[in-house]
Amino acid sequence: MDQTARKARPILEAASRPILPRHVKLRFDKTRDRWIILAPERVLVPDDISVEVLQLCDGVRRISDIVAVLAEKYAADPDLIQTDCLALLQDLADKAFLLTVTEPSP
Amino acid sequence: MTDQTPPVADFQLVTRAGEEGGQRTTYGIPLAVLAELTHRCPLQCPYCSNPLEMEVASKELTTAEWCSVMDELAEIGVLQIHFSGGEPTVRKDLTELVRHATKVGLYSNLITSAVMLTKARLQDLADAGLSHVQISVQGAEDGLADRVGGFKNGHAKKLEAARWTREVGLPLTINAVMHRQNLHQLPQIIDLAVALDADRLEVANVQYYGWALKNREALIPSFAQVEETNRIVAEAQDRLAGVLDIDYVVPDYYAQRPKQCMGGWGRQFFNISPAGKVLPCHAAESITGMEFDSVRGNKSIRWIWDNSEAFNTYRGTGWMPEPCESCEFKEIDFGGCRCQAHALTGSAGNTDPACAKSPLHAEIFARAATEAAEGQDRFIYRNFSGGTAEDEVS
Repeated sequence: MDQTARKARPILEAASRPILPRHVKLRFDKTRDRWIILAPERVLVPDDISVEVLQLCDGVRRISDIVAVLAEKYAADPDLIQTDCLALLQDLADKAFLLTVTEPSP
Repeated sequence: MTDQTPPVADFQLVTRAGEEGGQRTTYGIPLAVLAELTHRCPLQCPYCSNPLEMEVASKELTTAEWCSVMDELAEIGVLQIHFSGGEPTVRKDLTELVRHATKVGLYSNLITSAVMLTKARLQDLADAGLSHVQISVQGAEDGLADRVGGFKNGHAKKLEAARWTREVGLPLTINAVMHRQNLHQLPQIIDLAVALDADRLEVANVQYYGWALKNREALIPSFAQVEETNRIVAEAQDRLAGVLDIDYVVPDYYAQRPKQCMGGWGRQFFNISPAGKVLPCHAAESITGMEFDSVRGNKSIRWIWDNSEAFNTYRGTGWMPEPCESCEFKEIDFGGCRCQAHALTGSAGNTDPACAKSPLHAEIFARAATEAAEGQDRFIYRNFSGGTAEDEVS
Protein backbone atom coordinates (compact mmCIF):
# COMPACT_ATOMS: atom_id res chain seq x y z
CA MET A 1 0.00 0.00 0.00
CA ASP A 2 1.47 3.31 -1.05
CA GLN A 3 1.02 5.92 1.67
CA THR A 4 3.73 8.30 0.54
CA ALA A 5 2.78 9.76 -2.81
CA ARG A 6 -0.36 11.84 -2.91
CA LYS A 7 0.17 14.35 -5.65
CA ALA A 8 -3.16 13.94 -7.38
CA ARG A 9 -6.63 14.09 -5.93
CA PRO A 10 -7.78 10.56 -5.08
CA ILE A 11 -11.02 9.87 -6.95
CA LEU A 12 -13.06 7.12 -5.34
CA GLU A 13 -15.24 4.77 -7.31
CA ALA A 14 -17.27 1.65 -6.64
CA ALA A 15 -14.19 -0.56 -7.08
CA SER A 16 -12.02 1.41 -4.63
CA ARG A 17 -11.03 -0.36 -1.43
CA PRO A 18 -10.95 2.27 1.32
CA ILE A 19 -9.19 2.07 4.66
CA LEU A 20 -8.51 4.54 7.44
CA PRO A 21 -4.81 5.41 7.70
CA ARG A 22 -2.94 4.86 10.97
CA HIS A 23 -3.36 8.48 11.99
CA VAL A 24 -7.15 8.49 11.66
CA LYS A 25 -8.85 6.68 14.50
CA LEU A 26 -12.52 5.75 14.68
CA ARG A 27 -13.28 5.27 18.33
CA PHE A 28 -16.22 5.04 20.71
CA ASP A 29 -15.82 7.76 23.30
CA LYS A 30 -17.28 6.54 26.57
CA THR A 31 -17.10 9.97 28.20
CA ARG A 32 -19.32 11.56 25.56
CA ASP A 33 -21.21 8.36 24.76
CA ARG A 34 -20.74 8.72 21.01
CA TRP A 35 -18.50 7.67 18.15
CA ILE A 36 -15.74 10.06 17.19
CA ILE A 37 -13.03 10.24 14.56
CA LEU A 38 -9.64 11.48 15.68
CA ALA A 39 -7.52 13.06 12.95
CA PRO A 40 -4.62 15.53 12.91
CA GLU A 41 -5.71 18.42 15.17
CA ARG A 42 -9.34 17.56 14.50
CA VAL A 43 -12.17 15.65 16.10
CA LEU A 44 -15.08 14.68 13.88
CA VAL A 45 -18.46 13.49 15.03
CA PRO A 46 -19.81 10.92 12.56
CA ASP A 47 -23.49 10.00 12.42
CA ASP A 48 -24.60 6.38 12.89
CA ILE A 49 -24.56 5.50 9.20
CA SER A 50 -21.10 7.00 8.71
CA VAL A 51 -19.85 4.87 11.59
CA GLU A 52 -21.24 1.72 9.94
CA VAL A 53 -19.64 2.61 6.63
CA LEU A 54 -16.26 3.35 8.19
CA GLN A 55 -16.30 0.14 10.21
CA LEU A 56 -16.56 -1.72 6.91
CA CYS A 57 -13.58 0.14 5.40
CA ASP A 58 -10.93 -2.52 5.92
CA GLY A 59 -8.88 -2.16 2.75
CA VAL A 60 -10.27 -5.48 1.49
CA ARG A 61 -13.91 -4.67 0.78
CA ARG A 62 -14.63 -2.54 -2.26
CA ILE A 63 -17.08 0.33 -1.90
CA SER A 64 -19.52 -1.79 -3.91
CA ASP A 65 -19.18 -4.57 -1.30
CA ILE A 66 -19.85 -2.11 1.51
CA VAL A 67 -22.93 -0.87 -0.35
CA ALA A 68 -24.16 -4.46 -0.77
CA VAL A 69 -23.80 -5.15 2.96
CA LEU A 70 -25.75 -2.04 3.89
CA ALA A 71 -28.40 -2.49 1.18
CA GLU A 72 -29.16 -5.95 2.48
CA LYS A 73 -29.13 -4.95 6.13
CA TYR A 74 -31.47 -2.00 5.62
CA ALA A 75 -33.41 -3.37 2.61
CA ALA A 76 -32.61 -0.11 0.86
CA ASP A 77 -31.90 1.03 -2.69
CA PRO A 78 -28.21 0.24 -3.43
CA ASP A 79 -27.89 3.18 -5.85
CA LEU A 80 -28.94 5.59 -3.16
CA ILE A 81 -26.56 4.03 -0.65
CA GLN A 82 -23.71 4.11 -3.13
CA THR A 83 -24.24 7.81 -3.81
CA ASP A 84 -24.19 8.58 -0.09
CA CYS A 85 -21.19 6.33 0.56
CA LEU A 86 -19.13 7.85 -2.22
CA ALA A 87 -19.91 11.37 -1.05
CA LEU A 88 -18.89 10.58 2.53
CA LEU A 89 -15.73 8.71 1.60
CA GLN A 90 -14.62 11.19 -1.07
CA ASP A 91 -14.92 13.98 1.46
CA LEU A 92 -12.70 12.10 3.91
CA ALA A 93 -10.22 11.14 1.18
CA ASP A 94 -9.95 14.79 0.12
CA LYS A 95 -8.76 15.61 3.61
CA ALA A 96 -6.35 12.64 3.60
CA PHE A 97 -8.41 10.99 6.34
CA LEU A 98 -9.00 7.96 4.10
CA LEU A 99 -6.74 5.92 1.82
CA THR A 100 -7.51 3.46 -0.90
CA VAL A 101 -5.61 0.25 -1.29
CA THR A 102 -4.37 -0.04 -4.83
CA GLU A 103 -4.70 -3.33 -6.70
CA PRO A 104 -1.44 -5.26 -6.65
CA SER A 105 -0.09 -5.73 -10.17
CA PRO A 106 -0.92 -9.19 -11.53
CA MET B 1 4.42 27.71 20.70
CA THR B 2 7.15 28.41 18.25
CA ASP B 3 4.63 29.95 15.97
CA GLN B 4 1.07 30.93 16.06
CA THR B 5 -1.12 27.98 15.43
CA PRO B 6 -4.72 28.88 14.86
CA PRO B 7 -6.74 26.66 17.17
CA VAL B 8 -9.72 28.51 15.76
CA ALA B 9 -9.95 26.72 12.47
CA ASP B 10 -8.80 23.37 13.76
CA PHE B 11 -11.92 22.17 15.44
CA GLN B 12 -14.67 23.70 13.38
CA LEU B 13 -16.16 20.29 12.88
CA VAL B 14 -16.83 19.67 16.53
CA THR B 15 -19.31 22.36 17.41
CA ARG B 16 -21.76 19.54 17.94
CA ALA B 17 -19.71 18.22 20.81
CA GLY B 18 -21.14 20.94 23.04
CA GLU B 19 -24.73 20.08 22.20
CA GLU B 20 -26.78 17.49 23.94
CA GLY B 21 -30.32 16.68 22.87
CA GLY B 22 -30.40 19.77 20.68
CA GLN B 23 -29.68 21.92 23.73
CA ARG B 24 -26.44 23.86 23.41
CA THR B 25 -24.46 23.82 26.61
CA THR B 26 -22.13 26.72 27.25
CA TYR B 27 -19.21 24.38 27.52
CA GLY B 28 -18.46 20.70 27.46
CA ILE B 29 -15.66 18.34 28.23
CA PRO B 30 -12.49 19.80 26.72
CA LEU B 31 -11.55 18.17 23.42
CA ALA B 32 -7.90 19.03 23.26
CA VAL B 33 -5.10 20.48 25.30
CA LEU B 34 -2.12 22.47 24.15
CA ALA B 35 0.80 21.25 26.23
CA GLU B 36 3.54 23.86 26.13
CA LEU B 37 6.41 21.72 27.32
CA THR B 38 8.95 24.53 27.41
CA HIS B 39 9.49 28.13 26.42
CA ARG B 40 13.03 27.34 25.28
CA CYS B 41 13.46 27.57 21.50
CA PRO B 42 16.39 27.95 19.12
CA LEU B 43 14.31 30.26 16.91
CA GLN B 44 13.52 33.87 17.78
CA CYS B 45 10.43 34.60 15.69
CA PRO B 46 9.24 38.14 16.34
CA TYR B 47 5.57 37.05 16.39
CA CYS B 48 5.95 34.20 18.88
CA SER B 49 2.73 33.50 20.77
CA ASN B 50 4.59 32.83 24.01
CA PRO B 51 4.22 35.49 26.71
CA LEU B 52 6.81 38.27 26.92
CA GLU B 53 7.81 36.93 30.33
CA MET B 54 8.74 33.34 29.66
CA GLU B 55 9.14 30.51 32.11
CA VAL B 56 12.71 29.31 32.63
CA ALA B 57 13.84 25.68 32.32
CA SER B 58 14.16 25.14 36.07
CA LYS B 59 10.42 25.85 36.51
CA GLU B 60 9.28 23.37 33.84
CA LEU B 61 7.11 20.42 34.80
CA THR B 62 9.07 17.21 35.12
CA THR B 63 8.47 14.06 33.10
CA ALA B 64 6.56 12.53 36.02
CA GLU B 65 4.44 15.66 36.42
CA TRP B 66 3.50 15.69 32.71
CA CYS B 67 2.66 11.98 32.84
CA SER B 68 0.41 12.55 35.81
CA VAL B 69 -1.22 15.49 33.98
CA MET B 70 -1.86 13.20 30.99
CA ASP B 71 -3.43 10.55 33.24
CA GLU B 72 -5.80 13.20 34.49
CA LEU B 73 -6.58 14.54 30.99
CA ALA B 74 -7.47 11.09 29.72
CA GLU B 75 -9.62 10.48 32.77
CA ILE B 76 -11.58 13.71 32.18
CA GLY B 77 -12.21 12.74 28.54
CA VAL B 78 -9.73 14.98 26.71
CA LEU B 79 -9.11 13.42 23.28
CA GLN B 80 -6.04 15.09 21.87
CA ILE B 81 -2.82 16.59 23.11
CA HIS B 82 -0.70 19.02 21.11
CA PHE B 83 2.91 18.94 22.23
CA SER B 84 4.15 22.44 21.68
CA GLY B 85 6.36 25.08 23.27
CA GLY B 86 8.69 26.95 22.78
CA GLU B 87 10.25 24.14 20.92
CA PRO B 88 8.99 20.83 22.33
CA THR B 89 11.89 18.82 20.89
CA VAL B 90 14.20 20.71 23.30
CA ARG B 91 12.77 18.35 25.93
CA LYS B 92 14.87 15.18 26.06
CA ASP B 93 11.85 13.28 27.39
CA LEU B 94 9.57 14.07 24.43
CA THR B 95 9.44 10.48 23.16
CA GLU B 96 8.65 9.26 26.66
CA LEU B 97 5.83 11.81 26.93
CA VAL B 98 4.41 10.77 23.55
CA ARG B 99 4.57 7.12 24.62
CA HIS B 100 2.64 7.95 27.78
CA ALA B 101 0.04 9.88 25.79
CA THR B 102 -0.44 6.83 23.57
CA LYS B 103 -0.68 4.56 26.62
CA VAL B 104 -3.49 6.57 28.19
CA GLY B 105 -5.31 6.95 24.85
CA LEU B 106 -4.54 10.57 23.96
CA TYR B 107 -4.11 11.32 20.25
CA SER B 108 -0.84 13.24 19.97
CA ASN B 109 0.25 16.01 17.63
CA LEU B 110 3.73 17.53 17.56
CA ILE B 111 3.89 21.24 16.80
CA THR B 112 7.50 22.02 16.04
CA SER B 113 10.00 24.31 14.34
CA ALA B 114 11.70 21.02 13.32
CA VAL B 115 15.23 22.43 13.32
CA MET B 116 16.37 20.03 16.05
CA LEU B 117 14.78 16.88 14.62
CA THR B 118 16.68 13.93 13.20
CA LYS B 119 15.21 11.10 11.20
CA ALA B 120 16.00 8.66 14.03
CA ARG B 121 14.14 10.81 16.53
CA LEU B 122 11.14 11.09 14.22
CA GLN B 123 11.13 7.32 13.85
CA ASP B 124 11.23 6.97 17.66
CA LEU B 125 8.34 9.40 18.00
CA ALA B 126 6.33 7.52 15.38
CA ASP B 127 7.08 4.25 17.17
CA ALA B 128 5.94 5.82 20.44
CA GLY B 129 2.56 6.45 18.82
CA LEU B 130 2.80 10.04 17.60
CA SER B 131 -0.01 10.64 15.09
CA HIS B 132 0.85 13.90 13.35
CA VAL B 133 3.59 16.48 12.85
CA GLN B 134 3.07 20.17 12.22
CA ILE B 135 6.14 22.06 11.01
CA SER B 136 6.32 25.84 10.80
CA VAL B 137 7.93 27.73 7.94
CA GLN B 138 8.85 31.41 8.04
CA GLY B 139 9.07 31.96 4.29
CA ALA B 140 9.56 30.14 0.99
CA GLU B 141 13.34 30.51 0.77
CA ASP B 142 16.39 30.59 3.07
CA GLY B 143 17.14 34.30 3.06
CA LEU B 144 13.81 35.58 4.31
CA ALA B 145 12.84 32.50 6.33
CA ASP B 146 16.11 32.45 8.29
CA ARG B 147 15.94 36.19 8.91
CA VAL B 148 12.40 35.96 10.32
CA GLY B 149 13.29 32.97 12.52
CA GLY B 150 16.59 34.53 13.54
CA PHE B 151 18.26 31.14 12.99
CA LYS B 152 20.86 30.34 10.32
CA ASN B 153 20.13 27.35 8.04
CA GLY B 154 16.83 26.85 9.82
CA HIS B 155 14.77 26.74 6.63
CA ALA B 156 16.94 24.04 5.06
CA LYS B 157 16.69 21.96 8.23
CA LYS B 158 12.92 22.28 8.23
CA LEU B 159 12.66 21.02 4.67
CA GLU B 160 14.82 18.03 5.55
CA ALA B 161 12.74 17.24 8.63
CA ALA B 162 9.52 17.59 6.62
CA ARG B 163 10.78 14.94 4.18
CA TRP B 164 11.78 12.63 7.03
CA THR B 165 8.34 13.09 8.57
CA ARG B 166 6.76 11.67 5.43
CA GLU B 167 9.44 8.98 5.09
CA VAL B 168 8.60 7.58 8.53
CA GLY B 169 4.94 7.58 7.49
CA LEU B 170 3.62 10.45 9.58
CA PRO B 171 1.12 12.95 8.17
CA LEU B 172 2.44 16.48 7.80
CA THR B 173 0.91 19.90 8.24
CA ILE B 174 2.86 22.98 7.21
CA ASN B 175 2.13 26.03 9.33
CA ALA B 176 2.97 29.30 7.60
CA VAL B 177 2.70 32.39 9.76
CA MET B 178 2.12 35.29 7.41
CA HIS B 179 2.78 39.02 7.75
CA ARG B 180 3.72 42.06 5.70
CA GLN B 181 7.29 40.92 5.08
CA ASN B 182 6.55 37.42 3.78
CA LEU B 183 3.07 37.56 2.22
CA HIS B 184 4.59 38.02 -1.24
CA GLN B 185 6.01 34.49 -0.92
CA LEU B 186 2.67 32.83 -0.22
CA PRO B 187 2.28 31.27 -3.70
CA GLN B 188 5.72 29.65 -3.33
CA ILE B 189 4.88 28.48 0.20
CA ILE B 190 1.76 26.78 -1.16
CA ASP B 191 3.88 25.06 -3.85
CA LEU B 192 6.38 24.07 -1.17
CA ALA B 193 3.67 22.42 0.96
CA VAL B 194 2.55 20.38 -2.06
CA ALA B 195 6.15 19.43 -2.91
CA LEU B 196 6.72 18.29 0.69
CA ASP B 197 3.62 16.07 0.43
CA ALA B 198 1.85 17.83 3.29
CA ASP B 199 -1.81 16.98 3.76
CA ARG B 200 -2.60 20.37 5.16
CA LEU B 201 -1.35 23.93 5.09
CA GLU B 202 -2.25 26.52 7.66
CA VAL B 203 -2.00 30.01 6.27
CA ALA B 204 -2.11 31.86 9.54
CA ASN B 205 -1.88 35.60 9.57
CA VAL B 206 -0.16 36.86 12.68
CA GLN B 207 -2.45 37.61 15.60
CA TYR B 208 -1.30 40.62 17.55
CA TYR B 209 -0.62 40.06 21.20
CA GLY B 210 2.56 39.28 23.14
CA TRP B 211 5.65 39.37 20.92
CA ALA B 212 3.63 40.08 17.80
CA LEU B 213 2.09 43.17 19.39
CA LYS B 214 5.60 44.36 20.25
CA ASN B 215 6.50 43.88 16.57
CA ARG B 216 3.25 45.00 15.05
CA GLU B 217 4.56 47.85 12.95
CA ALA B 218 7.11 45.50 11.33
CA LEU B 219 4.52 42.80 10.68
CA ILE B 220 1.10 44.22 9.93
CA PRO B 221 0.11 43.81 6.28
CA SER B 222 -1.61 46.44 4.17
CA PHE B 223 -5.26 46.03 3.28
CA ALA B 224 -4.23 45.54 -0.37
CA GLN B 225 -1.95 42.67 0.70
CA VAL B 226 -4.82 41.09 2.61
CA GLU B 227 -7.11 41.29 -0.40
CA GLU B 228 -4.42 39.72 -2.59
CA THR B 229 -3.91 36.98 0.02
CA ASN B 230 -7.64 36.23 0.09
CA ARG B 231 -7.52 35.81 -3.67
CA ILE B 232 -4.42 33.58 -3.64
CA VAL B 233 -5.84 31.34 -0.91
CA ALA B 234 -9.25 30.99 -2.58
CA GLU B 235 -7.62 30.09 -5.91
CA ALA B 236 -5.31 27.53 -4.27
CA GLN B 237 -8.11 25.96 -2.22
CA ASP B 238 -10.04 25.41 -5.41
CA ARG B 239 -7.09 24.19 -7.49
CA LEU B 240 -5.71 21.88 -4.79
CA ALA B 241 -8.96 20.32 -3.57
CA GLY B 242 -8.16 16.78 -2.48
CA VAL B 243 -4.40 17.41 -2.66
CA LEU B 244 -3.76 20.04 0.00
CA ASP B 245 -6.27 21.13 2.63
CA ILE B 246 -5.71 24.84 3.25
CA ASP B 247 -6.84 26.47 6.50
CA TYR B 248 -6.84 30.23 6.42
CA VAL B 249 -6.75 32.63 9.34
CA VAL B 250 -7.39 36.22 8.25
CA PRO B 251 -5.64 39.13 9.95
CA ASP B 252 -8.52 40.25 12.06
CA TYR B 253 -7.69 43.95 12.32
CA TYR B 254 -9.09 44.12 8.80
CA ALA B 255 -11.95 41.71 9.38
CA GLN B 256 -15.62 42.56 9.83
CA ARG B 257 -16.31 39.90 12.41
CA PRO B 258 -13.94 38.68 15.10
CA LYS B 259 -12.49 35.19 15.16
CA GLN B 260 -14.12 32.54 17.32
CA CYS B 261 -11.07 32.38 19.52
CA MET B 262 -10.35 28.90 20.93
CA GLY B 263 -13.89 27.89 19.94
CA GLY B 264 -15.10 30.18 22.73
CA TRP B 265 -13.34 30.90 26.03
CA GLY B 266 -13.23 27.81 28.25
CA ARG B 267 -15.49 25.89 25.94
CA GLN B 268 -13.46 23.23 24.13
CA PHE B 269 -9.76 23.75 24.78
CA PHE B 270 -7.19 24.80 27.27
CA ASN B 271 -3.49 25.28 27.57
CA ILE B 272 -0.93 24.13 30.11
CA SER B 273 2.15 26.33 30.43
CA PRO B 274 5.67 24.91 30.89
CA ALA B 275 5.44 25.47 34.64
CA GLY B 276 1.95 23.95 34.85
CA LYS B 277 -0.41 26.91 34.75
CA VAL B 278 -3.82 25.98 33.37
CA LEU B 279 -4.78 28.70 30.89
CA PRO B 280 -7.94 29.26 28.82
CA CYS B 281 -5.67 30.09 25.86
CA HIS B 282 -1.95 30.35 25.19
CA ALA B 283 -2.00 34.15 25.38
CA ALA B 284 -4.24 34.43 28.46
CA GLU B 285 -1.37 35.49 30.70
CA SER B 286 -1.22 38.75 28.76
CA ILE B 287 -4.46 39.69 30.54
CA THR B 288 -3.06 41.48 33.56
CA GLY B 289 -4.77 40.94 36.87
CA MET B 290 -6.12 37.50 36.01
CA GLU B 291 -5.07 34.65 38.30
CA PHE B 292 -4.43 31.14 36.98
CA ASP B 293 -4.44 27.86 38.84
CA SER B 294 -1.59 25.41 38.41
CA VAL B 295 -1.47 21.63 38.09
CA ARG B 296 1.08 21.91 40.92
CA GLY B 297 -1.59 23.23 43.28
CA ASN B 298 -4.00 21.09 45.26
CA LYS B 299 -6.84 21.26 42.74
CA SER B 300 -7.64 18.76 40.02
CA ILE B 301 -7.62 19.82 36.38
CA ARG B 302 -11.32 18.99 36.22
CA TRP B 303 -11.98 21.32 39.15
CA ILE B 304 -9.96 24.08 37.50
CA TRP B 305 -11.84 23.63 34.19
CA ASP B 306 -15.24 23.73 35.88
CA ASN B 307 -14.72 26.17 38.71
CA SER B 308 -11.72 28.44 38.35
CA GLU B 309 -12.28 32.15 38.04
CA ALA B 310 -10.05 32.35 34.98
CA PHE B 311 -12.26 29.95 33.02
CA ASN B 312 -15.58 31.24 34.28
CA THR B 313 -14.98 34.98 33.90
CA TYR B 314 -15.46 34.96 30.10
CA ARG B 315 -17.18 31.63 29.60
CA GLY B 316 -20.49 31.54 27.72
CA THR B 317 -22.32 34.79 27.00
CA GLY B 318 -23.37 36.07 30.43
CA TRP B 319 -20.32 38.34 30.84
CA MET B 320 -20.90 40.18 27.59
CA PRO B 321 -21.42 43.93 27.39
CA GLU B 322 -23.14 45.66 24.47
CA PRO B 323 -22.79 45.46 21.50
CA CYS B 324 -22.12 41.73 22.10
CA GLU B 325 -25.04 41.11 24.47
CA SER B 326 -27.76 41.70 21.89
CA CYS B 327 -25.70 40.48 18.91
CA GLU B 328 -27.11 37.66 16.81
CA PHE B 329 -23.60 36.20 16.40
CA LYS B 330 -22.75 36.03 20.10
CA GLU B 331 -22.91 32.25 20.23
CA ILE B 332 -20.93 31.95 17.02
CA ASP B 333 -17.86 34.07 17.77
CA PHE B 334 -18.34 34.33 21.56
CA GLY B 335 -17.26 37.95 21.45
CA GLY B 336 -13.94 37.29 19.74
CA CYS B 337 -10.58 37.31 21.44
CA ARG B 338 -10.31 38.36 25.10
CA CYS B 339 -6.55 38.87 24.86
CA GLN B 340 -6.94 41.18 21.89
CA ALA B 341 -9.69 43.12 23.69
CA HIS B 342 -7.32 43.53 26.62
CA ALA B 343 -4.37 44.52 24.46
CA LEU B 344 -6.27 47.11 22.44
CA THR B 345 -8.86 48.48 24.89
CA GLY B 346 -7.23 47.88 28.26
CA SER B 347 -10.06 45.57 29.36
CA ALA B 348 -10.51 41.93 28.41
CA GLY B 349 -14.25 42.35 29.08
CA ASN B 350 -14.79 44.70 26.15
CA THR B 351 -15.92 43.73 22.67
CA ASP B 352 -12.96 42.61 20.55
CA PRO B 353 -12.11 45.66 18.39
CA ALA B 354 -11.68 43.27 15.44
CA CYS B 355 -15.48 43.30 15.30
CA ALA B 356 -17.02 45.97 13.08
CA LYS B 357 -19.57 46.61 15.84
CA SER B 358 -16.86 47.70 18.28
CA PRO B 359 -16.65 51.48 18.69
CA LEU B 360 -12.88 51.10 18.30
CA HIS B 361 -12.95 49.12 15.06
CA ALA B 362 -12.47 52.05 12.69
CA GLU B 363 -9.57 53.35 14.74
CA ILE B 364 -7.86 49.93 14.80
CA PHE B 365 -8.36 49.50 11.09
CA ALA B 366 -6.85 52.94 10.41
CA ARG B 367 -3.94 52.34 12.76
CA ALA B 368 -3.16 49.05 11.02
CA ALA B 369 -3.22 50.73 7.62
CA THR B 370 -0.91 53.52 8.83
CA GLU B 371 1.57 51.13 10.41
CA ALA B 372 1.58 48.97 7.29
CA ALA B 373 2.42 52.02 5.17
CA GLU B 374 4.84 53.79 7.49
CA GLY B 375 6.14 51.20 9.97
CA GLN B 376 9.80 50.21 9.83
CA ASP B 377 10.75 46.62 9.02
CA ARG B 378 13.21 45.96 11.84
CA PHE B 379 12.24 43.05 14.09
CA ILE B 380 12.59 42.71 17.83
CA TYR B 381 13.60 39.07 18.23
CA ARG B 382 12.02 36.94 20.90
CA ASN B 383 14.32 35.79 23.69
CA PHE B 384 14.49 35.39 27.46
CA SER B 385 16.01 38.85 27.97
CA GLY B 386 13.00 40.84 26.81
CA GLY B 387 13.85 40.88 23.11
CA THR B 388 16.77 42.03 20.97
CA ALA B 389 16.46 44.50 18.11
CA GLU B 390 17.48 43.11 14.75
CA ASP B 391 20.27 45.66 14.19
CA GLU B 392 21.83 44.75 17.54
CA VAL B 393 22.26 41.14 16.45
CA SER B 394 25.72 40.44 15.15
